[in-house]
Amino acid sequence: MSQTIVIDGVTRIEGHARITIDLNDQGRVADAKFHVTQFRGFEKFVEGRPLTEMPSVMARICGICPVSHLMASAKACDELLAVEIPPTAVTLRKVMNLAQIVQSHALSFFHLSSPDLLLGFDSDPTKRNIFGLIKLHPEFAKDGIMLRKFGQEIIQLLGGKKIHPAWVVPGGVSEPLTADRREKIVAGIPDALAIARRAAEWLASVVDNFPDEAAVFANFPTMFAGLVSPEGNMEHYEGVMRFTDDSGRTVSEFSDPRKYPNYIGEKTEDFSFLKSPYYKPTGYPDGIYRVGPLARVIMAEKCGTPLADAELTRFRHKVGRAPASSFHYHWARLIEIIYGIEMIQHHMNDPFILHKRVRARARPNRSEGVGITEAPRGTGHNNLAMNRGVKQVAERFIRGTKIEEGMLNRVEAVIRCFDPCLSCSTHAMGQMPLHILLRGPQGETLDEIRRG
Amino acid sequence: MGVDLTLVEGAVSSHHDLEKAYIIRQRSKFVISLGDCAVTGNVPAMRNPYEVEELFRRAYIENATWPETPEQRKASLPVHNVPKHERIARPLHEIIKVDLYVPGCPPPADAIWFVLTELLAGRVPDPSALTRFGK
Repeated sequence: MSQTIVIDGVTRIEGHARITIDLNDQGRVADAKFHVTQFRGFEKFVEGRPLTEMPSVMARICGICPVSHLMASAKACDELLAVEIPPTAVTLRKVMNLAQIVQSHALSFFHLSSPDLLLGFDSDPTKRNIFGLIKLHPEFAKDGIMLRKFGQEIIQLLGGKKIHPAWVVPGGVSEPLTADRREKIVAGIPDALAIARRAAEWLASVVDNFPDEAAVFANFPTMFAGLVSPEGNMEHYEGVMRFTDDSGRTVSEFSDPRKYPNYIGEKTEDFSFLKSPYYKPTGYPDGIYRVGPLARVIMAEKCGTPLADAELTRFRHKVGRAPASSFHYHWARLIEIIYGIEMIQHHMNDPFILHKRVRARARPNRSEGVGITEAPRGTGHNNLAMNRGVKQVAERFIRGTKIEEGMLNRVEAVIRCFDPCLSCSTHAMGQMPLHILLRGPQGETLDEIRRG
Repeated sequence: MGVDLTLVEGAVSSHHDLEKAYIIRQRSKFVISLGDCAVTGNVPAMRNPYEVEELFRRAYIENATWPETPEQRKASLPVHNVPKHERIARPLHEIIKVDLYVPGCPPPADAIWFVLTELLAGRVPDPSALTRFGK
């Protein structure tokens, strides 16, 4: 027997994906897979093109976090020029990167995930979205929109455009910051900080209401990976690439980005355009690691700013030093928003922030350049970790041959915790329909849900 | 024709995109091609000089390290439960009739606002003063 249910319009995740869940004879979950379904081919088609084109072309990998691709590409180009970029340019790039982390995390938390937490995983799917929030919790929705606006406007004030600014260039940035723009950035900080702290306060107060979700939303040990500062604190633009075990203990580090092939391998998966990166010395699959906000707050000794560190202390007191459940990505994201706003404030007080020398000029002097930055979602998500997360949720919530909408939403919600940018991870683009196939032991389709 | 207006972003690159474009046209009274990828093919169309196999070889065989050998990686290329690529990525109007173009990478918020409010007022807008290719 086969049955098809069609639900249109998944909008709360970024990119294109499909999920398949295989059942055994007893109607229990035998396997589950997360398939990322778009691929554009940047790896090939940028070959032979001029390096000055690279930051702008690479930014087009993603419309949500183009700044990450701008930064990584510009840093690789700095390496090719073999220049040290002016200190003010470094600070300005950091500010744009932090502004992007604030706006992207705000989007992930308020627009995409908070409807599940605020309205309930089993609530009416037609209201379980940002528009439902605007109706039912207007102040909360407004907070999210304003926080995102704060980040996007800083990007525009620095780079001239909210999305795809052409301002980050090989050797630095194309224009210095002006005094009046600096004032505009500073003016937005108190409100943004108040919103971020309010959201963290609220999440801390409700985190105990989701024991079932916290127990199975990709709750298993993996390694963690990402940048830390040379002192071991939170860092998103430069620093040391660190790998830790599941308890957050450092396994190894490297500081020269060109050494990355010694540490990071990538596995081709025959069911997904997303590859699975892994820690090479450990190998595949034991070397899979998680990245992004949860990994960063686990790996860092501390944030290094007072309000974010206070929130980090509360987080660690509540969920431990290295929580294994991806459910806690949400809280980690809010800690990083607070940190980001505090750091923007710190950089705005830099006495050299308005300095006019922001670009070093040179021709290519090196034949190889690699740039690493922390995107809001981290340094590269792992398909296998998300597979395991989807499977764990499916095992908990699927019994028999009928799919409930709330189960579908929880499968999506575990992906939302990771907040993978599938456009970035496969260099694909587009919207995010979700397609779930429930297959019997012979491979026959028992049930099917399609959205988008 | 149950939908008054659909905004379509992105180039048409896979079989899946093609199907969606046809469904959108069939069900929509008015279709806007939104952004440079939909309007010209833009960055997704940069792959067009290459065969799809070459793109896959670069991403999944040469730029991967596991399975261990290139031959094994070739045998595990992503082909299951993922859509098949069209030979080239194309702008939307090569596939279906488009009623209005709003270029830009991305189109500025003011241009989108202007277009939508004009359409709601019953006028067909000209957004060219507010946006351009690559803006």
